[in-house]
Amino acid sequence: MAAINRDDVAHLARLAHIEMSAEELDRMAGELAVIVDSVKSVSEAAGDDVPATSHPIPLTNVFRDDVVGHTFTAEQALSGAPDSDENRFKVPAILDEA
Amino acid sequence: MSTDDVLSFEEAMEKYDPVLGFEVHVELNTKTKMFSSAPNVFGDEPNTNVNEVDLGMPGVLPVVNKTAIESSIKIGLALNCKIAESCRFARKQYFYPDTPKNFQTSQYDEPIAYDGYLDVELEDGTVFRVEIERAHMEEDAGKLTHMGGATGRIQGADFSLVDYNRAGVPLVEIVTKPIEGAGSRAPELAKAYVAAVREIVKNLGVSDAKMERGNVRCDANVSLRPHGRERFGIRSETKNVNSLRAVEHAVRYEIQRHAAVLDSGEPVIQETRHWHEDTRTTTSGRAKSDADDYRYFPEPDLVPVVASREWVEELRATLPEPPAERRKRLKADWGYSDLEFRDVVNAGVLDEIEETIAAGATASVARKWWMGEIVGRAKVADVDPGQLGVDAATVVELSRMVEAGKINNKMASQVLDGVLAGEGTPEEIVQKRGLAVVSDDGPLLEAIDAALAAQPDVADKIRGGKVQAIGAIVGGVMKATRGQADAGRVRELILEKLGVTA
Repeated sequence: MAAINRDDVAHLARLAHIEMSAEELDRMAGELAVIVDSVKSVSEAAGDDVPATSHPIPLTNVFRDDVVGHTFTAEQALSGAPDSDENRFKVPAILDEA
Repeated sequence: MSTDDVLSFEEAMEKYDPVLGFEVHVELNTKTKMFSSAPNVFGDEPNTNVNEVDLGMPGVLPVVNKTAIESSIKIGLALNCKIAESCRFARKQYFYPDTPKNFQTSQYDEPIAYDGYLDVELEDGTVFRVEIERAHMEEDAGKLTHMGGATGRIQGADFSLVDYNRAGVPLVEIVTKPIEGAGSRAPELAKAYVAAVREIVKNLGVSDAKMERGNVRCDANVSLRPHGRERFGIRSETKNVNSLRAVEHAVRYEIQRHAAVLDSGEPVIQETRHWHEDTRTTTSGRAKSDADDYRYFPEPDLVPVVASREWVEELRATLPEPPAERRKRLKADWGYSDLEFRDVVNAGVLDEIEETIAAGATASVARKWWMGEIVGRAKVADVDPGQLGVDAATVVELSRMVEAGKINNKMASQVLDGVLAGEGTPEEIVQKRGLAVVSDDGPLLEAIDAALAAQPDVADKIRGGKVQAIGAIVGGVMKATRGQADAGRVRELILEKLGVTA
């Protein structure tokens, strides 16, 4: 079994700002361990000659020319904001939570 | 807010050896953002330079700005780095309102440039080599304004307002290796290093490089160890030290603070410090903790960047003259002595003088204005000379007014004060303050006629060739014009009038 225990899940949940109950933590610890084990089987299939990849298609250098395209108006940008002021998003004061 | 104990800098240096490290963020001046085609422009109305990519809306795809890659490679080359044959972007995950995606797209384990160095010249000409660990690409965050509370600082704010115009602006973060051996010159080296980086990116044309606009931002790492010990001490990281003077002061302050902590037998806490320009001190930010568990992973929406050697060499061929060589050339062009030139460099007005000369002043006039008038005022105002609020055009206008005899040097100095006090353009200030030298020949001629009529014997002497007697007439005219006449012009006119050649 992969080394994903309940504390790891609780830690990740906290980092991801997800509230999880004790039952959920228990269940998720077991499920994540199985998932990680399953994924791990890929590295058994791939030999040393197969480099790790982060993208399924061997593409490189997909670039855009430095030309200005469309923008939103401030009204459009803020249309989904829970709160705004002076054409800016209004958020609670946050310190030491980064 | 409690104030920390500090040791005197001298005592700190007697006991401890400082080790520095810098992370300098350079905002690129591309037309568009790193991953979106929204404009990269400073100072526009809030949240108008954004689109769905910058706001992190679901389902959007980033696309890399080719010019930003080329600028990054140029920075790498100018810092004598190796350029990665292939590199990737990663996601750095954290929650903070300045980052709408809840992750920053940044390079992590595969920076585009690595293993370089920069030779930094100190004030006395000593060259200190700073090793560069890496220069990697990332994107800037939005701008938070903390509202309410007493200070406008994050501490005590009631809420914050967010402008995402800056979100997604291309950044290159330049990270040094630990810098050892600077000793008591550490604060000076810190300033010189950041100045050198700023100079390089400005010279490359890849950044506007204005520190006051945050185009170049410095995080300064400081640690101390007892003399003779190899192992580094625990470091603090002072964030966003955003002027050259502040970099020097922040490093000096942190050395003094660390020394006091170590002297007391306590361990230095590894933490972020906030720099306060008003008190020239730092205060504790957050302690480094598992909140910095960013869970980087390769950005699945972007493909690797492969820099072929041909491409890199093409870019290398476009690099401008390096600043150190540029300085040699400027010194020769301007005809300054070693001392004059070093003073100019140390005063940090090389660019300003170059701009002033480009705007039409002679090298000696440009130097006279910057070194003689502006640098001193900047010192009094405690800002960098370039940030005082005088530009090349103003200097040229002032010097032209002096050369045209419109105002004299003393008046020009007053006009400069007026410009700095925000009274308007030199022309407007001359008007408002009534500073103009009387140079309209009409009133002068009247005054001359009157002076000649009042002293006919003197007039005769001059006619007879005793030109030195002219002083009495000039004096009379100056008196009549309350000193606002240009004495040289008065003299010319008198001689003309009397038909005498001097």
